[in-house]
Amino acid sequence: MTEIRIDHVSRWYRNVVAVNDVSMTIGPGVTGLLGPNGAGKSTLIALMSGFLAPSTGTVTLDGEPLWRNEKVYRRIGLVPEREALFDYLTGRQFVVAMAELHGLADAGAAAQRALAVIEMTDAQDRSISTYSKGMRQRVKMASALVHDPEVLLLDEPFNGMDPRQRIHLMELLRTMGAEGRTVLFSSHILEEVEQVARQIEVVVSGRHAASGDFGAIRRLMTDRPNRFVLRTDGDRLLASVLLGDASVRGVRLRSEGGIEVEASDFGRFSLVLPRLAREHGVRLLEVTPTDESLESVFAYLVSS
Amino acid sequence: MSVVSRPVRGPVSRTVVRLGARSLFGRWRGVLLFVLPLVLVGLAVLVRALVGEDQDSAEAVVYNLGLAVVVPLVALLATSGLLASEIDDGSIAYLLAKPVSRYTIVSSKLVVALGSVLAFGAVPMGMAGLVLLPGSPSFALGFFLASLLGGAAYCAVFSWLSVLTRHAVVIGLIYLLIWEGLLGGLLDGIRWLSITRWSSEVVDWVASTELVDDLPLTYALIALVGVFVLGVRGTARRLQGFNLTGDE
Repeated sequence: MTEIRIDHVSRWYRNVVAVNDVSMTIGPGVTGLLGPNGAGKSTLIALMSGFLAPSTGTVTLDGEPLWRNEKVYRRIGLVPEREALFDYLTGRQFVVAMAELHGLADAGAAAQRALAVIEMTDAQDRSISTYSKGMRQRVKMASALVHDPEVLLLDEPFNGMDPRQRIHLMELLRTMGAEGRTVLFSSHILEEVEQVARQIEVVVSGRHAASGDFGAIRRLMTDRPNRFVLRTDGDRLLASVLLGDASVRGVRLRSEGGIEVEASDFGRFSLVLPRLAREHGVRLLEVTPTDESLESVFAYLVSS
Repeated sequence: MSVVSRPVRGPVSRTVVRLGARSLFGRWRGVLLFVLPLVLVGLAVLVRALVGEDQDSAEAVVYNLGLAVVVPLVALLATSGLLASEIDDGSIAYLLAKPVSRYTIVSSKLVVALGSVLAFGAVPMGMAGLVLLPGSPSFALGFFLASLLGGAAYCAVFSWLSVLTRHAVVIGLIYLLIWEGLLGGLLDGIRWLSITRWSSEVVDWVASTELVDDLPLTYALIALVGVFVLGVRGTARRLQGFNLTGDE
């Protein structure tokens, strides 16, 4: 069983802590590394792919250190976030070169297989410099898959892909996970992660904020105080009615008009609000969640 | 999908050499590599036509322009084009995320750089020497060998510089202008620590010229080889600890 183990790892750059005492184990199947931009996801992937030394702690692949160990790349396929490729080559030449560097017996055939898997056969003889962002992502995928690795590490792989390519890559990752490979990909979009990953690791501000299947993470994110701003034609009446319901923790009348509501039970509140408004003849003009940005959700996860 | 792999062995990877050559001549730097020797040979032809066969003029052109400017610049352009640009844009990750020794990657890149030094430095230097002093083939041979040895040492230094800093080209140019050019001309003691002076000693030995005073050939050769080995070792060790992080 292929397993990447991160054990009490911290990584800092001078005074800036990028990763702070993180421990996690990435096993077979698809794992999503979720976190807002700048959370430390790329640093963690660099640590897991042997491209960064931990300042403290250890990162191992089945007990073998990843840092300064070229042999591990026989088992790892890496899709970096940065877009730069060898633009002077065609897609096929690039993937064949990557296969040759892995010492594959039949580099041409391996490249052809990898390009077919990511549906790039039609564009394989075009120069990479002419590729769209999505095509670049796919050819990077082909280069990572060409040696049939046990471990696949992908940094923001869905960036720049159109919906069809996205669905195809999601399907491919699911298949690879089902085959028993250890697949880890990073993303800052929860919906993206929960569609593919069996296991989700949440990272915020360099810390390991949460871990579990997508159901557990989703519950953590929704079963929490939520804030809304309501615009109605009867602010004062609706405010008093809402305060009487158990799903509401607090109500404030805004000086500029409207009501600010803090709901303690999001599920119940979403059912109760329209019913109470109708019963009391109040017209709801606008319901706006004020803290639905992912950053605020993560901030909640970290503080809880 | 199942694949069979065999270990990538040997000091040089043909794939890295091929990719390096494509990378070097696929960018604007490649054009400059053709321009520099053309200027050198063109000037040699002009001087020969205007001055005739003259030892002092020949030395001034081939030493001051060729050995001190063209050869180091060819080495700088070649090595920075092979390493610095890939490090800068992060595409070196595709070479490093492979079960290939860092020494193999460095030596393969240096094969391309040395090929460039041979084609755009040493051969034009020999040609310029022959144009200026056709009656003295040892003059051309001396500068050919000196360009090759000096160019190799410069390549190793600049490749090390490429993995140490993102400003390798600028620092390399400053080093050439200040250390090798300005201080080398003003302070006599610089000859003990100057690649151009060490390689000039090779010319003095082969062609019986007097470009550098009081510098033993053995010292010059050991220094050239030593710098080359240190540069290769330093580059490979630095690449072993190469840090790749995303845009965070």
